[in-house]
Amino acid sequence: MMYKSILLASDGSDHSLRSANHAIQLAKCSGGKIDLVYVVDGDTSKQDVLHYSNKYEIAKARRAKVSSVEELLTEENVEYEVHILHGEPGPTIVEFANNHDFDCAVVGSRGLNNLQTMILGSVSHKVAKRVECPVLIVK
Amino acid sequence: MISRIRQEWFGNVRGDVLAGIVVALALIPEAIAFSIIAGIDPMVGLYASFCIAVVIAFIGGRPGMISGATGAMALLMITLVADYGLQYLLAATILTGILQILFGVFKLAAIMKFVPRSVMVGFVNALAILILTSQFEHFHGENWVMYALVGLTLAIIYILPRFVKSVPSPLVAIIVITSVVIFMGIDVRTVGDLGNLTQQLPIFLIPDIPLNFETLQIIFPYALALSIVGLLESLLTANIVDDMTDTESDKNKESRGQGYANVTAGFFGGMAGCAMIGQSVINVKSGGNGRLSSLVAGVFLMFLIIALGGIVVQIPMAALAGVMIMVSIGTFDWSSARNLHKLPKTDAAVMLTTVGTVVYTHDLSKGVLAGVLLSAIFFAAKISKVKVTEQIANNEMKMIYKVEGQLFFASVTDFLDQIDFEQGHWEEVEIDLTHAHLWDDSAIGALDKLEGKFEQNGTVVSYTGLNGESKALKQKIGGLSSGH
Repeated sequence: MMYKSILLASDGSDHSLRSANHAIQLAKCSGGKIDLVYVVDGDTSKQDVLHYSNKYEIAKARRAKVSSVEELLTEENVEYEVHILHGEPGPTIVEFANNHDFDCAVVGSRGLNNLQTMILGSVSHKVAKRVECPVLIVK
Repeated sequence: MISRIRQEWFGNVRGDVLAGIVVALALIPEAIAFSIIAGIDPMVGLYASFCIAVVIAFIGGRPGMISGATGAMALLMITLVADYGLQYLLAATILTGILQILFGVFKLAAIMKFVPRSVMVGFVNALAILILTSQFEHFHGENWVMYALVGLTLAIIYILPRFVKSVPSPLVAIIVITSVVIFMGIDVRTVGDLGNLTQQLPIFLIPDIPLNFETLQIIFPYALALSIVGLLESLLTANIVDDMTDTESDKNKESRGQGYANVTAGFFGGMAGCAMIGQSVINVKSGGNGRLSSLVAGVFLMFLIIALGGIVVQIPMAALAGVMIMVSIGTFDWSSARNLHKLPKTDAAVMLTTVGTVVYTHDLSKGVLAGVLLSAIFFAAKISKVKVTEQIANNEMKMIYKVEGQLFFASVTDFLDQIDFEQGHWEEVEIDLTHAHLWDDSAIGALDKLEGKFEQNGTVVSYTGLNGESKALKQKIGGLSSGH
């Protein structure tokens, strides 16, 4: 099995750095490319628009959110592309994954908030159920 | 053109219809509660939400955005309604619309960029605080039943979405609380105690006011405040919807649309309104992003009122107060409170001044004005820092002053203080303005003063590195004063 095209979902948390490490290892095995996905939900949209004066600043701030993951990817010399998407994290990642041809999707098992994970069921759970390609959930 | 219209209307029929229904259900309690805040019958807010949502669907600039009766606008009307009554409010609403149309026609949406972010954060925070405090009066002289019902309302609102996401939880809370009160025969105050609800479509009426200068004097200040606050919140909401849907929108068209919507609302017995941040976020989250969603929301809202008006009057005030507390919590920008200590001190001061002014005056437009003024002062203070570095040349016969910064009325004193006229006797002084910009006659005046002082000691002054604009200014103003 070759992992030429890998989706990596990140919310900018420290935990998502661990997922990034696993995605990098997979990519290195087959000289694959990583598509780094960061999803902006409605409440984040509202907050960002309120706090930054224009869309360029907003874009910069969001790019900065995943900068630690990006640094890691550059350090490890893996080819990658960043996608900033809008919507509810779960369904948005699923839609993006199924509209492209990925060999594997890598997601973290924990979000920013433990309570939310417990009650709602995590984003990773939804993604694992509905994404058509193999999913690696990093614990 | 035709294909764009079709895309905006019918590009997402299923999502728009479903989202429109969800929004209509969420709009009803808010429209009623905002009417009560303004001190008028619930129908005025409901007619407003209906007219505004429908008109905006056709001529707004931001498909997918929801407009209606809002808290920000209701809070501005309280004294007008209390002192002069509903007819003057309707007239003020029409005038608000006219001002907003002018705003759009003259393409003034760009003025928004002069309202700094910290003022907008202060605006939403102040709005949240006022919505919350406006509910306190409903608790006056009430017993534990009121508190228990409000608590139950909030519990349903916040816990239900963890399990069911398709129905708006505030609506479920209202249905549950209303049923509990009716079936258990609890005696509490209801919407019906505070105003009338007529199960009729709105009709066209010209406000019953004397058309004279005195009336204009009464309504103009209100209309001006309403139009500014309405556009501020509408354009902020448009930016949020732009970002959520990753698309662009025409802000001047939206300003005009808000204007036409308010003119219509005023003639059909509705109060002035604007775009709603919370409802627009709900709409997009529920899958709405086209013009159809706003139309469905307005029409379905009116349908529900005509069909179910008799039940609506039985909604207990406790349930509405609970919904308003939720609206307040949702409006407040919690990240600004958490990060207050991390913000630059001037930004924090501007935000707190905006909030403080609004809470003190109960007028959002005054808060915005105070915030903008204070941030302008801070900005002037920030850019009035001028740096001067000295460099001696030509065997200690010549002094070069390198000036960095903006030379204008606020910075010239600081600039002149940094130049030591007593130090040494130079044959020549060179002022290097490569990294400076001259802005006004104070800047030219300062250079004249500097020249004069050096010339007293027999020192020749020359300038280098003047940029084009500064040179033009210096020739224009300097030419007048250098008569010697």
